Amino acid sequence: MEITLQVNGVPRAVDVDPRMSLLDLLRERLGLIGAKKGCDHGQCGACTVLIDGRRANSCLALAVAVDGSQVTTVEGLADGEDLHPLQAAFIEHDAFQCGYCTPGQLCSALGMLGEPGPSVVTEDITADPGLTPEEIRERMSGNLCRCGAYVNIVSAIAEVAP
Amino acid sequence: MKPFDYARAASTTEAVRAFGPGTMYLGGGTNLVDLMRLGVAEPERLVDVSRLPLDRIEAVGDRVRVGATVRNTDLAFDPLIRARYPMLARAVLSGASGQVRNVATVAGNLLQRTRCTYFQDVTRPCNKRRPGSGCPAIEGDHAGLAVLGTSGACVATHPSDMAVALAALEAEVHVTGPAGDRIIPMPGLHRLPGDEPERDTVLEPGDLITAVELPPPPPGASLYRKVRERASFAFALVSIAAVLDVRPDGTVGACRIALGGLAHVPWRAERAEQALIGGPATGEAFLEAAEAELEPARPLPRNAYKVPLARNLIVSTLEELAP
Amino acid sequence: MNRIEGRVKVTGLATYAAEYPAEGLTHAYAVQSRIAKGRVKRVDGGPALELPGVLAVLSCEDPPPLAEGVEGELALFQSREVAYRGQIVAAVVADSYENARAAAAAVRVEYDPGDHDVTLRADHPGLYKPEVVNPNFPADTGHGDVEAGLAEAATTVDVTYTTPVLHNNPMEPHACVALWEKDGRLLVYDSIQGTTSDRDTLAKTLGLPPDGVRVVARHVGGGFGSKGSTRPQAVLAALAARAVGRPVKIALTRQQMFDVTGYRTPTIQRLRLGADAGGRLTALEHVAYEQSSTLVEFAEQTALPARVMYATPALRTAHRLVRLDVATPSWMRAPGECPGMYALESALDELACAAGIDPVELRVLNEPDTEPGSGLPFSSRHLVACLREGARRFDWDARDPRPGIRRMGEWLVGTGVAASTYPAYRSPSKAVATLRDDGDFLVQVAAADIGTGARTVLTRIAADTLGVAPQRVHLELGDSALPDAPVAGGSMGTASWGTAVVRACEELLRDGKEGRADTTEEVRNAAKLARQAFGAQFAEVRVSAVTGEVRVPRLLGVFACGHIVDAKLARSQFLGGMTMGLGMALMEETLTDAEFGGFLHRDLAQYHVPACADATGVEAHWLEEHDDELNPMGSKGIGEIGIVGTAAAIGNAVHHATGHRIRDLPLTPAKILMARF
Repeated sequence: MEITLQVNGVPRAVDVDPRMSLLDLLRERLGLIGAKKGCDHGQCGACTVLIDGRRANSCLALAVAVDGSQVTTVEGLADGEDLHPLQAAFIEHDAFQCGYCTPGQLCSALGMLGEPGPSVVTEDITADPGLTPEEIRERMSGNLCRCGAYVNIVSAIAEVAP
Repeated sequence: MKPFDYARAASTTEAVRAFGPGTMYLGGGTNLVDLMRLGVAEPERLVDVSRLPLDRIEAVGDRVRVGATVRNTDLAFDPLIRARYPMLARAVLSGASGQVRNVATVAGNLLQRTRCTYFQDVTRPCNKRRPGSGCPAIEGDHAGLAVLGTSGACVATHPSDMAVALAALEAEVHVTGPAGDRIIPMPGLHRLPGDEPERDTVLEPGDLITAVELPPPPPGASLYRKVRERASFAFALVSIAAVLDVRPDGTVGACRIALGGLAHVPWRAERAEQALIGGPATGEAFLEAAEAELEPARPLPRNAYKVPLARNLIVSTLEELAP
Repeated sequence: MNRIEGRVKVTGLATYAAEYPAEGLTHAYAVQSRIAKGRVKRVDGGPALELPGVLAVLSCEDPPPLAEGVEGELALFQSREVAYRGQIVAAVVADSYENARAAAAAVRVEYDPGDHDVTLRADHPGLYKPEVVNPNFPADTGHGDVEAGLAEAATTVDVTYTTPVLHNNPMEPHACVALWEKDGRLLVYDSIQGTTSDRDTLAKTLGLPPDGVRVVARHVGGGFGSKGSTRPQAVLAALAARAVGRPVKIALTRQQMFDVTGYRTPTIQRLRLGADAGGRLTALEHVAYEQSSTLVEFAEQTALPARVMYATPALRTAHRLVRLDVATPSWMRAPGECPGMYALESALDELACAAGIDPVELRVLNEPDTEPGSGLPFSSRHLVACLREGARRFDWDARDPRPGIRRMGEWLVGTGVAASTYPAYRSPSKAVATLRDDGDFLVQVAAADIGTGARTVLTRIAADTLGVAPQRVHLELGDSALPDAPVAGGSMGTASWGTAVVRACEELLRDGKEGRADTTEEVRNAAKLARQAFGAQFAEVRVSAVTGEVRVPRLLGVFACGHIVDAKLARSQFLGGMTMGLGMALMEETLTDAEFGGFLHRDLAQYHVPACADATGVEAHWLEEHDDELNPMGSKGIGEIGIVGTAAAIGNAVHHATGHRIRDLPLTPAKILMARF
């Protein structure tokens, strides 16, 4: 099936097998290897991208079902040579080791910073809480890091969080 | 994954009309695509209903109508929901991850399938997946599975958090389908396994959930609490949605309790509620009510812990809600 | 310093094995056995071959040629025997991943099943004493009379601890792209912890000369031991590529990884300890029961730490192994030390409780002068200093030893301590350093950076040796075409590769242009000493009296690992190990399916690893330790010690919080509730 996507601001028209996930489309067809396949079932977060500005597991999205969407991958975060502040903070805080979960962590963090509501650990669910370390930890729990860089991931995000 | 046809429906009528043998509706896909990749779901045709104009949350009189394709995040973040149904917002936020909640729909959340190991593995028997093939969970891995309302054919649990809160709130599920429209009050959407464990719900082929309508919240304070060994991003071992109203004289005026992780359905604890209403709001009464509710529990060796866990959770939650 | 490859990792440009493009690339997907024991009667690839895009079906019906004598997990399709459920019995090659996977489901495999046995028991009739335990230690050791020591003890402990099957679960699934060049050479992009040994193994398996294979692994998405040896995906990719005459990519699914990439054996460990009235050990016995497959003997060195840790007049350690119809266990972060120290340090805590002695003091009291098992002097040993420093930072002295008395609302609060240890190994390595035309330096070594920071640390070591800024050193690793180097394993990467890098750079300084190093002699000639890193971990836990949930608000480690070459990277390694240890303590467990064989928990929703919300107050510190008997850097390995002792510290804290001793990992709400009620 023919679909059209805006990927990191660039329009892409592709003919896809309906079985193909957005993740496989990015990695196998569009040469964007930043989004990673860690579990292929939405259980690890390594494939996280932004779809129409919201963080999502690209492994669980059929490419045909996101036809017409704007997709941002980790390759689209930097402004030319200038890293996004999250990318710079990840390097400075040593917020990764093997680097395989990192693109997903970054896209997830970026999406998370734009999410206006509470989390399950928010004391008063009617209030909009600040991003305390506890809030960041809960909101980033959809991104597993087997190297165990969580402590540094949280401090990197806290540095960038408003 | 077997090849399938894909079509996007522009209206609910068109979606229902497009439904035929081998068809499945695709919402956010967070469970269906997962199951298709495992070979558990093998639709010949997907009708994508995720972009139907059913994505609004609106007040209708003193009720709130939530469209079927409202994403879980949008439900939990909605100011009206947070103010009137904080228990529901917290239940939704306790499920899955930020990424999954951004995509998963309200209807899809209700219709997600059990996470029983055997159900998800096509190389092993499962009565729910292949009727009549057997239930190895009963002798095998059932630590996460049901203790209430089980049958000899199936001990699966319903994995949703949201559905537990909806059961306590007596939400109504609006359905359209080949036979017309109807309204199913929660927790009546889901059914116990009996000897037909392949049927999770009372929906008929082609039925499409269009909305969930929330009646005015019952009086009293409410809580949702979820128990899991990992601090986040894990299904509930047991969860509870509870509303308790204590009169000035110290007796229970109203009480709603629903439990997750214990049954094939979000389990409405009617025995406990009956035992409490009109009686004293004391720790002893809470314990008696909890024990009454769990009396019919038939735990297996490796999920026996769920009985004391549920009992403790009921008592502790009601104590927290009591003034 | 910041990671040299940081920029490519945060911009998504770092290339992992499955991501190398190739002209005409095809995709392979493995078909796995559905029985745990027996024979493959027939493989019918016909229905699969009729599906769109399918190029080939590989199976034992037409065994692709491998070298003579290849055995075990890599002998794909060479035999009809099935050794475990999940073993690869066939594979499909197709033009797309979707087509390959769909066709794999259409391959018909018929079996003659046998009766399987997949359950480890301490009374299993098949238990035997292996010749050696991993990698080459005697299975049984001892001195003195354990029975007499126990008989004369004022306090004794006789306890059995069990640990479940654990899976490494690196975030990057094992993957490979294989291309046969026109000259018959094989180019492999593999997800592997060492390109030299992978090249040698693949060459041997495929019957090629060593220079007939080149392995490239510039970035590896974690391994934790599971990529320490060649895995079936590499052999499968090579065979499939030969069969279809095109490059082949294979990436195992997360589920398949559980079956064919190794795991930590479950253990049953009996500990018998005796102490005199003053708390000094009179006897220590540690017996470990473990499993391996019928294909390969892998005997984990679980009782090894007892040979290292404490002074005792009577010591016995023993390993017993049973070969079951299971996949072959293998290395997982700190094999031996990790499960062994869990049991030993938990038992020691029980001894401290029974004797009424503070657990820190009990360890100090039993500090040995020389290594208990061998009698060798230690090159350096600062366990006591780690315990003292940790106790100071943790405010241990304010602790009330009585269990089950602290409560914050519904939460029971407790603290626990355990020691950590890991050997300081070193292996021979080669390296080459060259002065480039532009005046910068090129340093080459076939090391692997699996997330440890090897690229950065080796750059720093080279720059320090050359006396130049790190920016002027360009380090190449992750390619078997580079000078031979050992695997990133056994926490010996920096010590092994670093020695070679230092020697090559020293040689370059003398030569002016180039330096080549081979450290075989240097490593062989090292003095005979016990070389071991030590540490101490302190945990604070909260246990819900309502739900049995355990949370760890504070986990503090202090380590003594020689000279810390790079503080930023070292801290990350310690924190990562401790976080994995937290997972072992509270949630990690793969169930074995007694009925059908194989594993039941085969994805990341069922096998829980810690999430961000679990890693609350994890902190790592270290003592600067001077040791001239190690290597030119004065360093001990740090990749594994962080996971050693964590689970015991948490388990001991759970006991302190609740008064209940749960001797079976993980410490789930289920076990805690059932102990309490």
